[in-house]
Amino acid sequence: MSDGAAIWADAMIAAALAAIDPGAASVLLRAGAGPVREQWLDLLRELTPSTTAVRKLPPSISDDRLLGGLDLAATLQAGRPVMQRGLLAEADGGVLMAVMAERIAPSTIAHLTAALDTGSISIERDGLSLRAPARFGLIALDEGIDDERVSPALADRLACHLDFGAVARADLGESLFKSTDIAAARELLPQVRLSDDAIAALTTTAVVLGIDSLRAPLLACRVARIAAALDGGTDVAESHIACAARLVLAPRATRLPATEDDAGSNDAPEPCDDQPESEEDHSNDGPLEDRVLEAAQAAIPADLLKRLQDERAARTRASSAGRQGTAQKAPKRGRPIGSRRGEWRAGARLNVLETLRAAAPWQPLRRRTQPAGKSSRLIVHKDDIRITRFKQRSGTTTIFVVDASGSSALQRLAEVKGAVELLLAECYVRRDEVALIAFRGRSAELLLPPTRSLTRAKRSLAGLPGGGGTPLSAAIFAATELALAVKAKGQAPTIVLMTDGRANVARDGGGRSEAEAEALVAAKQLALTGIPVVLVDSSPRPQDKAAQLAGAMQARYVALPHADATRLSQAIMAQAGRG
Amino acid sequence: MQGTLMGIAFPFSAIVGQDEMKLALVIAAVDPKVGGVLAFGDRGAGKSTAVRALAALLPPMSAVVGCPYQCDPADAAAQCADCRARSKPGGKGKKPAALKAHEVPVPVIDLPLGATEDRVVGALDLERALAHGEKSFEPGLLARANRGFLYIDEVNLLEDHLVDLLLDVAASGENVVERDGLSIRHPARVVLVGTGNPEEGELRPQLLDRFGLSVEVKTPSDLPTRIEVIKRRDAFETDPVAFVAHWEKEEAKQRKRILAGRANIGSVKVSDRELEQAARLCMSLGTDGLRGELTLMRAARAAAALDGAKAVDDGHLKTVAPMALRHRLRRNPLDDSGSSVRVERALNELFAS
Repeated sequence: MSDGAAIWADAMIAAALAAIDPGAASVLLRAGAGPVREQWLDLLRELTPSTTAVRKLPPSISDDRLLGGLDLAATLQAGRPVMQRGLLAEADGGVLMAVMAERIAPSTIAHLTAALDTGSISIERDGLSLRAPARFGLIALDEGIDDERVSPALADRLACHLDFGAVARADLGESLFKSTDIAAARELLPQVRLSDDAIAALTTTAVVLGIDSLRAPLLACRVARIAAALDGGTDVAESHIACAARLVLAPRATRLPATEDDAGSNDAPEPCDDQPESEEDHSNDGPLEDRVLEAAQAAIPADLLKRLQDERAARTRASSAGRQGTAQKAPKRGRPIGSRRGEWRAGARLNVLETLRAAAPWQPLRRRTQPAGKSSRLIVHKDDIRITRFKQRSGTTTIFVVDASGSSALQRLAEVKGAVELLLAECYVRRDEVALIAFRGRSAELLLPPTRSLTRAKRSLAGLPGGGGTPLSAAIFAATELALAVKAKGQAPTIVLMTDGRANVARDGGGRSEAEAEALVAAKQLALTGIPVVLVDSSPRPQDKAAQLAGAMQARYVALPHADATRLSQAIMAQAGRG
Repeated sequence: MQGTLMGIAFPFSAIVGQDEMKLALVIAAVDPKVGGVLAFGDRGAGKSTAVRALAALLPPMSAVVGCPYQCDPADAAAQCADCRARSKPGGKGKKPAALKAHEVPVPVIDLPLGATEDRVVGALDLERALAHGEKSFEPGLLARANRGFLYIDEVNLLEDHLVDLLLDVAASGENVVERDGLSIRHPARVVLVGTGNPEEGELRPQLLDRFGLSVEVKTPSDLPTRIEVIKRRDAFETDPVAFVAHWEKEEAKQRKRILAGRANIGSVKVSDRELEQAARLCMSLGTDGLRGELTLMRAARAAAALDGAKAVDDGHLKTVAPMALRHRLRRNPLDDSGSSVRVERALNELFAS
């Protein structure tokens, strides 16, 4: 059987499991739209009993629709607040299909995970308070390419992870299960027993595969139960545990199983009373663990190591995968600062509460002047309409562009790092965002997308290597691009460029003279955007190269001969104040 | 991980490990004045489970019937204006009317992400305003959480002005509403429990300092503990009722300990020597202000009361110092040596000399 066919076989089992108990066997499916995915979804639909409703969750769903809120039309009609049920509450008992799951907004993710955790939603908004059950199965369709991935918080809560990347059409086979099997398994599920050995085997396997989250083994336990029910048994057998390990644990592996000795040393033997007992346990279910591990190992993608490396690199860049890092702050709409009387046009946010409040005192009076028969309705006049005003907290994003090339010798780099850290601390106190671009060798790299998290900034800065050429122009272009993106989000960017100004690598790989000319061009383009720039000359003896560059980009020029971080931060703060 | 299953909370005593988090919560239950608990840590480490479990553990409290703030009928000083008016002797020498009381569970109110300010503090009651044109106050989450817990998941993602407001109320024990033409104050003695993941953004230091206790929660790393966690969790999910019944004895023990602690705390003595030790510790750590010392003493006293001790000793101080102080250190935000380590070091120095 080819790899693709093996994946497809497992995927069909996953579909059956999801049909039996969507709440426990939730699925994260990574695949582009296409015949393979279509066939799997068809299969799932076929197997899912008709009593189970399937709802779609679009990635850009608004909070109102997701959670429910005030139904404006009905509220005005009835003259009292009327609630509207949200998608999460409507999906209770059914299945929610999240399309383009990698693009779900962070706030939506937060609500989704909360609902998955508690099996209910609670709403405290628009002057209403409501708790509704929301136990649903989630099928997340991840259509991301490259490092675009579903939010880790959501992925952690989804049981079976499938990736159809390696499945070709030729691998597709006929379904192994019929809807009668599903019905029988649903009946059987409550009676299925899971032994302690099985739990231990799954937990151990998770540890050996380097899976930190405790949710993974827990989900695996549930999946093993459903697999047993699908098989028509009431006891979870080894094959079911192996199946759970393949579907739940293998895709989450962060390292390949170590040899016996290494695995032993990972257990961190702690001097506690039940040590002998637990050791005994180990020897007992050792073989079972090994067999489960083997099964899981067989399902680990062949390119795991490479993928891990990529991911590790991605993690140092963004710490959380995919769009999360950059989208973190996207839903910022500012803080509401009251409301004003106004017209309700497209784009304006009607403040329902204030509108009703404005209308409330007049109701008895207006009712008296209304023709009889219509008196029960709430009478809202145009004058009552209130529009919410937002105050956009114009946060600053400081983009650090750090020269990590060989011409800034290594100890200089350490000094620059120190200065950046001090500036970060300053930004941290002011709740500004920071981003970090480093350039060395042939290219500039965004090490840290705009963030407020110090932990992350610290980590990416610590891992910053030095040496290589100075691709200054690439760095200036990258910084300009990022600054414009930040500006588009409504933030005020400031660029802090730390370099000695001696470019020697052009973008097309050209030598020193081209590189310097290109850097000047890039600098002039940056000047056109009007984004405030501080150029910090980090060479031991400041020369006019850097000053010239600063002139071209209309930047404030600060020489940093002794890495005087206090002076530097003052210069930048002054710039930010001016900008 | 999920804290409840169909309304049944995971038993507090069945939580494996997480001793510091559990202790911090129990201390806050014994003496709500310590000022809230902040738990930062990994996802799925059982933060919310612990909070919900604690609330289920606490015995029901006696509350005035019909009072939106669950006022304590026995404690006149902490009652809302309404209850106080009703229990006061009438003008014409009437005897004070006894307030009707009933038993209610200790409230644990969730503050969902995206909650608006008017839901938190309370606002004009829309329905009555619309129907009768009358101005009345509709209590918010703070009212419902009075004498209980207000649980804020992802506190670091909450808007700053809301966190500010909550901390203010928690510190003063009173919610003052001045909006919509309403002017209302009501008791809101709330234990704030905030959780979060530092990877997703941090709390401003100003806010950090105002939480009483702070704990770091980690997923257990050794295998036997992990297996035990999964076993218990699985058993609970398979049959919550039987699982809770199995742990009832332990729960009763824990409950008794908390109640005894509450009864004892008034009589626990703090010697001058311990006060001096606490002050020295705070000085050597360079914590700002006196809040550190105060919280440290309060927490130590609660810990002593839980132990059934008559006075605070060095052991109590040592136990609670990390959670009372680690978030108050004037820190270089980029210093990698964790604040826990620094507190530990200062403790060792202090008690070695």
